[in-house]
Amino acid sequence: MANSTLTKKINLYGWLFVIPAALFIFVLNFYPMISAFMLSLQSGRGNNLKFAGLKNYARLFQDEMFLTSVGNVLTYLAIQVPIMLLLALVLASMLNDPKLRFKGLFRTFIFLPCATSLVSAALIFKTFFSIDGIANISLMALHIISEPKSWLTDPFWAKAIIILTITWRWTGYNTVFYLAGLQTIDRSIYEAARIDGASASRQFFHITIPLLKPVILLTTIMSTNGTLQLFDEVKNITNGGPGIATLSISQYIYNLSFMYNPQFGYAAAVSYAILVMVAILSLIQMKVGNRK
Amino acid sequence: MKQRTVSSIGKYVFLSIVCLFSVFPFYFIIVASTNLSVDIIKGRMFFGNHLFENIKTLVSTVKLGNAFWNSLRNSIVGTIASLFVCSLAGYGFQIYRDKGKNTLMGLLLLSMMVPFAAIMVPLFRMFSQARLLDTTAGFILPTISTAFLIFFFRQSSESFPLETVHAARVDGLGEFGIFFRIYVPIMAPTFAAAAIVTFMAAWNNYLWPLIIMQSQESQTMPLLITGLTAGYTTDYGILMLSVTITTLPTLILFFTQQKRFVEGVLGSVK
Repeated sequence: MANSTLTKKINLYGWLFVIPAALFIFVLNFYPMISAFMLSLQSGRGNNLKFAGLKNYARLFQDEMFLTSVGNVLTYLAIQVPIMLLLALVLASMLNDPKLRFKGLFRTFIFLPCATSLVSAALIFKTFFSIDGIANISLMALHIISEPKSWLTDPFWAKAIIILTITWRWTGYNTVFYLAGLQTIDRSIYEAARIDGASASRQFFHITIPLLKPVILLTTIMSTNGTLQLFDEVKNITNGGPGIATLSISQYIYNLSFMYNPQFGYAAAVSYAILVMVAILSLIQMKVGNRK
Repeated sequence: MKQRTVSSIGKYVFLSIVCLFSVFPFYFIIVASTNLSVDIIKGRMFFGNHLFENIKTLVSTVKLGNAFWNSLRNSIVGTIASLFVCSLAGYGFQIYRDKGKNTLMGLLLLSMMVPFAAIMVPLFRMFSQARLLDTTAGFILPTISTAFLIFFFRQSSESFPLETVHAARVDGLGEFGIFFRIYVPIMAPTFAAAAIVTFMAAWNNYLWPLIIMQSQESQTMPLLITGLTAGYTTDYGILMLSVTITTLPTLILFFTQQKRFVEGVLGSVK
């Protein structure tokens, strides 16, 4: 009896430990989610909002800017994420080789871009690809181009440079995850495969990738989530331009809320579009990832 | 055997090229900090002797010291608050684990799926009504409690023996006493790893400060450096110097605490 009151008292203490953190998340995460939804049912400018039902959601499908931003983000996603994750996988399996020399040095250098901010990375690459930047200087010196190219005002190249910047910043980050995953794989599996005459690429596709599947799933979801929320890089490399050729969904929400005459209600509807996309894409990836 | 050597040389070449790509931007920003803009756009790639001139110009154009102090203060206060709240919760979820708390943890993990862009508009409206714009509290509040950090502390607490807790109770130590006097010192490495990633995230945070730090007085480093490209022509020496200054604290942390940094990045994935 005495024991059970003690357990009860201790259990009560347990709640004291977890409640502050839970409150913060409820008030600053879940509550805004709900209020964003209420907001998305209203329309108007500034703080002058009226109930509008689902009008904002209907507007999404006719909004050229919104549809372009979704298309842009899906383009970044479809091109950047696979390239980066494959590169990270290759790097991780090279770094995992026990016979590799200068391993620590290689590893440090590959992780190094994680030590800088997305904003800094964006400004560095913007400088590289500015009209008098190092990209033009080098390519002209090599006679690949004859006059400076305006990379960031070309819709194709502007997107490519954003993809390059994200890849530079995040490849090492993902390599960390794969390397940690590889270290849990028993070395003897590779030894056995080698004795059986399996080439390095066969080992990569038939041992490394299948065994790393959970980590690959995790990094895919993280990268997808991150790309759908892309903001810092686009804002600082191209500011969405030329025109709206590189605009991301987050930047569109930002513009709607803080740049022009604020349309908070409609911005909230766009926010929900991101939320739904994150949820759907994560679900699809989990379904595909868990399939045997 | 010969094929082996070729593929092994290929591996070193590939890794070296990737490393070159990784490192070059860092070399560039440091070198460019010491050169004048006119020389940088001519393609100068070696150290110059204009560092002090660039520093002087930078300090006279923007409030560098002010922004650096704002970033430092916000990040440090935010990290301490975050570690405090999340370690308590992570410990609580692990040591006092029961059905109710497991359900709550599951619910909190859902917040990881919520994109920041989806809540920034209501958050901004809440914070401006609460008069928290341009304040440290405003800067840190949305990121104090994160499911990532709570989960990280919960997983790390698995290695903390329950017998220690029981023994401490027998010795008459209270529940919070056990946490502060025994758990915190033993788990110091976990706290260090968590502190590094939390500090870096706060230091580099951009979108939220962009929204709520509207006055020049409250500007943080990322806001300050992006402001330098807003003009008609960009002074690249000054810009790269400011990027270098912004990167320096996180770069030092990276080099001195790489092991902890990796632990923090991996978080609860083990």
